[in-house]
Amino acid sequence: MFMKKINKTTRYNMITYAIVVIAYAIVMLLGAAGHISSLMEGLLVPLCIYVILAVSLNLVVGILGELSLGHAGFMCVGAFAGSFFSMCTKEAVPGGLRFLLALIIGAAAAALFGILIGIPVLRLKGDYLAIVTLAFGEIIKNLMNVLYIGRDEAGFHFSMKDTLALGLSPEGKAIINGPQGITGTPHDSNFTIGVLLILLTLFIILNLIHSRDGRAIMAIRDNRIAAESIGINVTTYKLMAFTLSASIAGIAGVLYAHNLSTLTALPKNFGYNMSIMILVFVVLGGIGNIRGSVISAVVLTLLPELLRGLSDYRMLIYAVVLIVMMLFNWSPKAVELRERYSLKRLFHLTTKE
Amino acid sequence: MALLDVQNLCISFGGLRAVDDFEIHIKKGQLYGLIGPNGAGKTTVFNLLTGVYKPNEGIIRLDGVDITGKKTIEINKAGIARTFQNIRLFKGMTVLDNVKAGLHNHYKYSSMAGIFRLPAYYRVEKEMNERSMELLQVFDLEEEASHLASNLPYGKQRKLEIARALATSPKLLLLDEPAAGMNPNETKELMETIALIRDKFDMTILLIEHDMKLVSGICEELSVLNFGRILAQGETAAVLHDPQVITAYLGE
Repeated sequence: MFMKKINKTTRYNMITYAIVVIAYAIVMLLGAAGHISSLMEGLLVPLCIYVILAVSLNLVVGILGELSLGHAGFMCVGAFAGSFFSMCTKEAVPGGLRFLLALIIGAAAAALFGILIGIPVLRLKGDYLAIVTLAFGEIIKNLMNVLYIGRDEAGFHFSMKDTLALGLSPEGKAIINGPQGITGTPHDSNFTIGVLLILLTLFIILNLIHSRDGRAIMAIRDNRIAAESIGINVTTYKLMAFTLSASIAGIAGVLYAHNLSTLTALPKNFGYNMSIMILVFVVLGGIGNIRGSVISAVVLTLLPELLRGLSDYRMLIYAVVLIVMMLFNWSPKAVELRERYSLKRLFHLTTKE
Repeated sequence: MALLDVQNLCISFGGLRAVDDFEIHIKKGQLYGLIGPNGAGKTTVFNLLTGVYKPNEGIIRLDGVDITGKKTIEINKAGIARTFQNIRLFKGMTVLDNVKAGLHNHYKYSSMAGIFRLPAYYRVEKEMNERSMELLQVFDLEEEASHLASNLPYGKQRKLEIARALATSPKLLLLDEPAAGMNPNETKELMETIALIRDKFDMTILLIEHDMKLVSGICEELSVLNFGRILAQGETAAVLHDPQVITAYLGE
């Protein structure tokens, strides 16, 4: 009986990995045949970033069952930490290794912020948690805008005022330049690395969900009081899910930073708009549905670009698609309809007859 | 020595003394009933025993260890498991996973082993599956192991909750109105199950119940609560014939 169940989850995971790999293969083939416009090509890495962000946010929203609106803030921490490291070691460390280390440092920095913010914030529930995480996301972004770090022979110099306050020697260079951010991050990201990181993210999160820790996290989501009564440490597991989610957002941030030559903390990339957009991916893909997050992040990122031909009506159609997807995913009638005409059932019927 | 030894337990909410000078002594292997009219403070006693509330006064000892004022998790680890009056299952999880969640503190592997699927993961998960299926078999739930807990019929949800509590290998099992909402047939079946648990797992059970048939059928001793105070205590038959108890239930 339970052997069958294990096979089912393994199969689900395999299909999810396969979807990503096949999508990657298709894009590579199309690219080799020259069917991908330069616009689309520029979209490939952001696509990977959004998928990673959506999957990691789903760990908090879907599996832990807490609404977090500060996800872009953790991405911001990861982006700046990773980029800062790459800038410091630009000459010293070769490309591949440097990027790997940048990923680890970005993830660690975001995880650290995840713990620091998680400890006070995870005492709250529901709307309150959402509001406070939103605020922390904004705080992180604004902190990055007033942060100046430079380096000369004497070492690192910090300031919260301006470049002059750093007091650098003539040979010194400001690395993080307040609102101007970091300029000249090596361009280490590419689509292949992005897809590998998606696979890594999926591997970590899917395996976590189907393990002892994942069960504890879902138990807390379903009933906190019952989870406590069977000896599950609620605080520990909440913090664990939150921190892991933050650190993966940090990885997405590193990927983001190394895809652009200039990294600045703007409302557009690290503000609450970004957090809400990631949440939209998660909600429309299905809360707690990891594969759904991957698909909806891809569809909803590509859609505005595909609709470019419609010029003015673009965002209108985008909004309509959002509403239709939401209805299709959540309304009871649609769920019923989907179950009745699902592929699985159709296959089942045809094999029977 | 008594397995559960409670003395002078008191808690007030504002000006209300919800539980006042409560005491109980349950021997190992005993099936003990806690009854009383609505609002008498029975569930509050359970919440005090399991650390949901901290008592204002009194001592709770389990197997000689003082567990007064400890956290719910620690009390569970010390050996008290419970079910709830309004069923609290993990509804988004399968029946099997509900029980496996109950095994959380008894079968362990590191997070790394879980994420990277190290050998420990496969070994421990296999043990967990076997142990869970054993428990589910006792409650005749093994057929439904892969169903979502929320899809179970009411009676089976009650049983699953007991199975989950037993998965934590408690010394003392607290059942909060296990027969609530059950028809006479289901209640009879539940009585058999409870007796079975006691014999098979060598369990000590304290239960809250309104169904007098169930109480008189399986409980060896009773405590009657009224307005937070103990009204009567002792052997089931004697207590149920106590005129004070009859008055509390039926009025003058």
